[in-house]
Amino acid sequence: MLLHLFKNTHIAPLAACLALASPGAAEEIWISNEKDDTLSVIDVATLEVIRTIPTGERPRGITFSKDYSVLYICASDSDTVQVMDPETGEILHELPSGEDPEQFVLHPDDRHLYIANEDDAITTVVDTETRKVVAQIDVGIEPEGMAVSPDGAIAITTSETTNMAHWIDTETQELFANTLVDSRPRHAEFTAGGSELWVSAEIGGTISIFDVATQAEKGKIEFAIDGIHPDRVQPVGFEFTADEKTAFVALGPSNHIAAVNAETYEVEDYILVGRRVWHMDFNSDKSLLFTTNGVSGDVTVVDVANREPIKTIKVGRFPWGAALRP
Amino acid sequence: MGGVLPQTGRALLAALALAAPAAAEIPVPIHYLQLQVEAPPTLSNLDPAPEDLGIAGAEVGLKDNATTGRFMGHNYELTVTQVEPGGDILAAARAALAETTLIVLDAPAETQLQIADLPEAADALLFNASAPDRTLRDADCRGNVLHTAPSDAMRTDALAQFFVKKRWDDLALIAGTNPADISYAADLKASLTKFGLAINSEKTWAFDADMRRNAAQEVPLFTQDLDDHDVLLVADEIKDFARYILYNTWDPRPVAGSEGLTAVTWSPVVEQWGAAQLQSRFEKAADRGMAPKDYAAWAAVRSIGEAVTRTNSGDTATLKAYILGEDFELAGFKGRPMNFRPWNGQLRQPIPIVHPRALVAQAPLEGFLHQRTELDTLGLDQPESQCTAFAN
Repeated sequence: MLLHLFKNTHIAPLAACLALASPGAAEEIWISNEKDDTLSVIDVATLEVIRTIPTGERPRGITFSKDYSVLYICASDSDTVQVMDPETGEILHELPSGEDPEQFVLHPDDRHLYIANEDDAITTVVDTETRKVVAQIDVGIEPEGMAVSPDGAIAITTSETTNMAHWIDTETQELFANTLVDSRPRHAEFTAGGSELWVSAEIGGTISIFDVATQAEKGKIEFAIDGIHPDRVQPVGFEFTADEKTAFVALGPSNHIAAVNAETYEVEDYILVGRRVWHMDFNSDKSLLFTTNGVSGDVTVVDVANREPIKTIKVGRFPWGAALRP
Repeated sequence: MGGVLPQTGRALLAALALAAPAAAEIPVPIHYLQLQVEAPPTLSNLDPAPEDLGIAGAEVGLKDNATTGRFMGHNYELTVTQVEPGGDILAAARAALAETTLIVLDAPAETQLQIADLPEAADALLFNASAPDRTLRDADCRGNVLHTAPSDAMRTDALAQFFVKKRWDDLALIAGTNPADISYAADLKASLTKFGLAINSEKTWAFDADMRRNAAQEVPLFTQDLDDHDVLLVADEIKDFARYILYNTWDPRPVAGSEGLTAVTWSPVVEQWGAAQLQSRFEKAADRGMAPKDYAAWAAVRSIGEAVTRTNSGDTATLKAYILGEDFELAGFKGRPMNFRPWNGQLRQPIPIVHPRALVAQAPLEGFLHQRTELDTLGLDQPESQCTAFAN
């Protein structure tokens, strides 16, 4: 009787969620757990963790190949990028990554990984087919944020202690510009068809927006949450909605994410999530947003249309990165 | 497929390539001036002070600066002068001031005042990376000295907040007799008063016995007549006896203060807030853990670097104005931006509360509020400070 009751209450939301999801697709959100050396796989339909997969030491940045056949994992303390078969969870091979790879971005050619080597002040470019290092580029201290323009011409590394965005010409693999941002830049993304670059600064508490053509700063976003000291409002990861009209910004130890109007640069909403929110990703129709909350060790699921948190999912210790597998 | 930059990007690339070598390099010479101090004898010789204490922190700070400087055309240099105990520190200071007006001081408070008062230092920017004395942030402050080392009061305020939070309000104290111990005990008592606590019993440690052999016999007796307490405080800043108090007390109680649970500006156990990266950079460079004085020296050199980067200037007056201004912020790996108190030149900073194996808490603790910034719940606040040297 009890069991029956439990089943019923469990099935109802499950069915509702399934109805929302695209038919036939078993979408998943993959989460890297920095202090558990594992990945947690969340089923988007049920919003439950369905698999936990061991990785190398201190997994942080994760990204899928364009066809989702392999997952690349920055195993920072193993000093390698692991290549995983997402079906089996097996590590197929490792890529030479330089020391302490923290975050990376896959070039639109689906072949070259641009990797930030946090301890070495270097960006390493690796060819995932030949498994060889193509180039190593000297950048600032503690490189972290990585982005590549939609046309693939420009790669960006941000360096946390040097407080710069470094602009890399992907043809020559050389820096062609270095622009100052506020303290401790963490994350970078191109938007508006590749004409704008956004860079978050954790300690500065801002996002700087650059015109890509001129590398000139064209705007700056500041955040303020009632009842929380500005020092604790620390922007880190951010992602854009499908129409690129809204950016969701993780605000670290303020335990909120912001919804920012990407055209006016105004903050429209603050949404309460878990503790020390870090990175995020959407499901495939971008109706749900999954944030990694490092200190509380969970993932908050946000309803994008209503801008409301709808569920908290326990994952491993210090969840860091999130990646969609449709 | 990509690979071609937009035309405007290319044009700028060419312009930069031309501009970079043409732009004059800005030299930023920094001097680290240390007066070595005879360490008082202690019961244990387990932890000799590293010879490069402080200096290694300045060197890592310099490397951090230089990496940014490479992209900006700023050329940082660090010169280190170590003066032996009793040596002519003022002559060394004059020589350093002839080369640069950006100086990191690692010396006792009275020596720092002598240097700050040299006519040659009038327009200098000196950073106190070592002296914890209240008086340097108070009536004896100098307008040309900033403090990256925390005052003892900042550290004892941090502990007091922790005791309030834990409701450990019955407190006993054992204080040593070295001037540093006496001064620390005074700051500890002032902090307890500030946060509504008090010490209910107190003893002075003035024995000359060798505790390595008989701590198990002496300490239980010595602590037996203390009133009931939740935590036993120790004032032993020269690290003489307190290490032998732990686990030897009559009542089983935690020990805090100079030993056991300590409040420090930095410790190798700080790993959050990106600190792991600074720790590993330091360990690679110095082959040891990063100590509080290393951190203070690092913060001094990085403050200079941050100001040079943001102002694109090597002029000391410009740097000082920026560092004391509202726009300055130093990312110090302690979870929030740090800047300087404009009324006495003290670096505002969170204070980790640690034991030798882990971080326990970090002050300011949640719930301790301040109208300006919670960081000002630690140490001398503006209304208390007698410092007028920064008033314009």
